[in-house]
Amino acid sequence: MKTICLYFEIHQPVHLKRYRFFEIGTDHYYYDDYENERAITETAQKSYIPALSTMLEMTKMYGKQFKVAFSLSGVAIELLEVYAPEVIELLQQLAETGCVEFLAEPYSHGLSSLANEEVFIEETKRLAKKIKEMFGQTPKVMRNSSLIYSDEIGALAGRMGFKGMIAEGAKHILGWKSPHFVYNCAMDPNVKLLLRDYKLSDDISLRFNDSSWNEYPLFADKYVDWIAQLPEDEQVINIFMELCALGIFQPLSSNILEFLKALPAVAKQRGIVFATPSEIISKTKSVGPMEVVYPVSWNDEERDTSCWLGNGMQREAFNKLYQEADRILACKDRRIKQDWDRIQASNNFRFMTTKPASVGMYRGFYDSPYDAFTNYMNVLGDFIKRVQDLFPMEVESDELNALYTTIHNQGEEIAVRDNEISRLRARLEKYEPTPDAESPKSMKTEPAEKPAEKKPAAKKAPAKKPAPKKEAAPKKETIAKKAPAKAKK
Amino acid sequence: MKVLMFGWEFPPKIYGGLAVASYGITKGLSVQNDVETTFCMPKPTGDEEKFLKIINMSQVPVVWRDVQYDNIKDRFVGHTAEDYYRFRDHLYADFNYLQGLDDLGCIGFAGGYPGNLHEEINNFSIIAGVLARSEQFDIIHAHDWLTYPAGVHAKMVSGKPLCIHVHATDFDRSRGKVNPTVYSIEKNGMDHADCIMCVSELTRQTVINQYHQDPRKCVAMHNAVYPLSEEYQAIVPHKNPKEKVVTYLGRITMQKGPEYFIEAAKRVLNRSRNIRFCFAGSGDMMNAMIDLAAAYGIADRCHFPGFQRGKQVYECYKNSDVFVMPSVSEPFGIAPLEAMQCGCPSIISKQSGCGEILENVIKVDYWDIDAMADAIYSICTNEALHKYLAEEGMKEVDGITWEKVAIRIRSCYDQLINRGYFDVNDYKA
Repeated sequence: MKTICLYFEIHQPVHLKRYRFFEIGTDHYYYDDYENERAITETAQKSYIPALSTMLEMTKMYGKQFKVAFSLSGVAIELLEVYAPEVIELLQQLAETGCVEFLAEPYSHGLSSLANEEVFIEETKRLAKKIKEMFGQTPKVMRNSSLIYSDEIGALAGRMGFKGMIAEGAKHILGWKSPHFVYNCAMDPNVKLLLRDYKLSDDISLRFNDSSWNEYPLFADKYVDWIAQLPEDEQVINIFMELCALGIFQPLSSNILEFLKALPAVAKQRGIVFATPSEIISKTKSVGPMEVVYPVSWNDEERDTSCWLGNGMQREAFNKLYQEADRILACKDRRIKQDWDRIQASNNFRFMTTKPASVGMYRGFYDSPYDAFTNYMNVLGDFIKRVQDLFPMEVESDELNALYTTIHNQGEEIAVRDNEISRLRARLEKYEPTPDAESPKSMKTEPAEKPAEKKPAAKKAPAKKPAPKKEAAPKKETIAKKAPAKAKK
Repeated sequence: MKVLMFGWEFPPKIYGGLAVASYGITKGLSVQNDVETTFCMPKPTGDEEKFLKIINMSQVPVVWRDVQYDNIKDRFVGHTAEDYYRFRDHLYADFNYLQGLDDLGCIGFAGGYPGNLHEEINNFSIIAGVLARSEQFDIIHAHDWLTYPAGVHAKMVSGKPLCIHVHATDFDRSRGKVNPTVYSIEKNGMDHADCIMCVSELTRQTVINQYHQDPRKCVAMHNAVYPLSEEYQAIVPHKNPKEKVVTYLGRITMQKGPEYFIEAAKRVLNRSRNIRFCFAGSGDMMNAMIDLAAAYGIADRCHFPGFQRGKQVYECYKNSDVFVMPSVSEPFGIAPLEAMQCGCPSIISKQSGCGEILENVIKVDYWDIDAMADAIYSICTNEALHKYLAEEGMKEVDGITWEKVAIRIRSCYDQLINRGYFDVNDYKA
C-alpha cells in the first residue's frame, strides 16, 4: 500500500530594518515593524488561512484518511501570535482532529546545526516545548531549517530522542536509490529518514500554475496516477513544501486548493493512503543507512548549504554570529535571547548570496548582496557589543569559555547523578523499607548548590573558586556510586 | 573595411577619458584584420602608437600653396608629404579669408581645449571636407561633440553612413543647465547620424529623451579597460595596517559630486578615526571642498594631493582600501574599472554608466550619503567584504576588454553598410 506523507513548513523571518553603522551602540531595535506586519498578514490572508481552512475542511470530509504534518519556526509563531492569531487558532483546531502531526525544528530557523551543537539542542528543545504548550503534542520527528541534514545532525537528533528526521532526497546523496523508501541515519540506526521527492513536491510548489510546463494543467487524478504508477515496492512518497506554496508561489486563482482537496478522494480510489511522518516511521522498517557526509538542504539546484554559506561574506557573518553562542547561552537577558533568535534566521544569510539564481531571487529591500551584508554586520556589531557588555571587559574570553565549560559539565554531571540517586533510591526502597540516612542527604545538598553555582557566572571571582573544588570532590562520589549500581545489575 | 574616424584626443597626450576610449576602440578594431582605421585628430605629438594611420589635421591644406616636396617632406607629423599633395588636389572652396593660415595652407590647432574651442571645432569641420573628398572609406565614426560637425560634413560630401560615439552629453557636464551652443552642435550631429553609440544605457536614455533621437538608432556601447601594464602591476602598495585609505579620484567638479564624498567622510569619521580620505584630482570645486572639510573639523583626515598623472594614478589605487566615485551623472566612468584592476573595491553612484556592466561593486545613489558612508565603513571594517570585492572585482574586470567592444562596434558597422540603416532591435550584443 502506497503512502503519501504531506508536510508543510510554516516560516516567516523577522525582517531587519535599514540599520546604518552610526546607529551601532545607540539603537538596539533592529526590525522593520511595518514590513513584518505587512508580510505576515499578506501571507496569512493569501496563503495560510485559506490553506489551513481547506485542510480543516478536508479532515471533516475524509476523517482520518487525510493526514498532514506541519512544522513552525519559533520566530514565525511569535509573528503569528502578534499579527495573525487566527492562523494559530486554525492550527489548534487542526491539532484537535488528530490528523495532524507537528514536527520539531530549531526555534530560530537558523543554521545552528552547522555551527554549535548546544545552541541547536537548546533551540530545538525550546521549540518542542512551545509546540507542546500550543498544540498539546510532543514532536517525535525532527526537521531542520530548510531540511539541512547530514549524518552528524541525524545523530544529534537521535541523542535528543527523536525517532526520525525528514531530509531532502537530493540526487547526489541518493545516487541510484529511490527516495520512496525509509532509510536510517548512518551514524544512528534508530533515527529513520524520510526523503523528500523533489520532483513530485516541486510539481506542486513550483510548476502547478506554469502554463509553459508540458504537464499543465495538473489535475489531482493525473498527479495521483503518477504516484500509483511507481514501482510496487516503492511505498513512501514524501511531498514536502512550504505552506506559502499554496496561495503565494501558486496563486489561489490557480485552484490549487481544489487540487489539494481532491487528492485524498482520488488517492483512495487507487488504494493510496495518507500518513504522518511518525506513523510511517513506526510502521516501516528502514531499508538501510543513508550516508550524508556533507550537509544537504532543499535549496537551489545544488541542494547544499551554498546559498547561505557560499561566499566569504556569508561565512564571515556566520562565524561572527556563532562566536557569541556560549555567552548567549549563559545570559538571561530576554531581549538578547529574542534578538538572537531573530538574527539567526537563515533568510538573513540568503540575502547575501552571490550565486546566480535560476528562480527569481527575493532580496528584500537590499540592493545587492553587499548591501545585505553591510546591514547585517551593522546589526550584528551592535548585538555583539550588547552581549559583550553583559560581561565585565576584564574577563578574557578564554577564561570565560573555561568557566562555561566547567558550569556546563557540572550541570550534566548533576543531572547524571540525580538520575543515579533516584534509581538507587528506588532500589533501596525495594530492599529496605527505611531509607538509608546517607544518600538522601547528599541528594539534598546537590540541587541546592546548582543555582548558586550558575548565578555568579557573570562575576568572575566567586564562580572561579568553587568550580574546581567541586569538580574534584563529587566526581569520586559518582564513581563510587556508579559501581554498586552496576554490580547490582 | 575602411573607417574614417574623427577624434580629439589620443594617447600619449591625455586630457580626459576620451583619449583612453579612442585608443581602446581603435586598438580593439586593429585586431580585426580586415578593418583599416584612419584616425583624424587636431594635433598629434608623433609619439602615438603606429597600429593605425593618423592624420594630422593641422597639416591638411585648405588653400593651395605652391610648395616643393624637398622643402617640406620632413615637416610632417602623422601623415606624409605624399598625403599632403593628395589632399591639396581636393580643395573645394576658397578659404583664404581664414586667419592663421601657415605656409602650407593649413590651419593650426592649439590642441586640447583652448579658449577658442568653437572656432577650432569649425576649422576641424572645414578640413574634414578636404579629407572626405580625398580619402576612400566605407564608414565615418566621430567621437564626442567636438568632432560631430566634421563627421556630418564628411557624410554630406561622401554620402557614407555616419556613426557618432557619445562619450558624454552636455546634460552630464552641467547638471541640466546646458550650454545652448554645445547642445545645438550635439543635436545636429545626432540628427544626422545613422547610428548613435552611447557609452551606457544611461547616456542612451539622455540621448533619446533630451535630444529626441529615435531609440532605434541608439545603441549602448559600454567601454572597457586595457589590462594593467607590467610596470603598473609591479607597484608595491605602501599600506599602514592600522589605517584605511578611502580615495576619490577625478576632477573635483560639480559633475563628480565631491561634496557627497565629504559628507560621507564626516559620518564615517564620527565613528572611526583611523580612516583617511584622499581627494586626488583638481578642479573648480577643490578650494570649496577644502573649506568644507575644515568646517566639519575633518581636515586632518582629508588629503588633497592634487592632479595625478600616469603611474601616480595607479599608485593611488594600489594604496587605497576603497575607491569611491560619487558622480552625480557619469556617462560611463572608467576609473572604478581601473581601481578594480588594482584590487581596490569600488563604491559607485547608481548614476554612473559603468554600473550597468559591473556586478562586484557597491552601488548607491549619489545623494544617499548615509548609504555611501555605510558602504565605506563596511568595507573598511569587514575584511571578508573587502576580500570578496577585491578578488571577484579583479576577475570581473579582466573579462571586460576592448576587443569585445570592437567586435560589437564591428557588428554595428556591418549592419550600417549592408542595410544602409541601423536598428538596435536587430543588433545582438
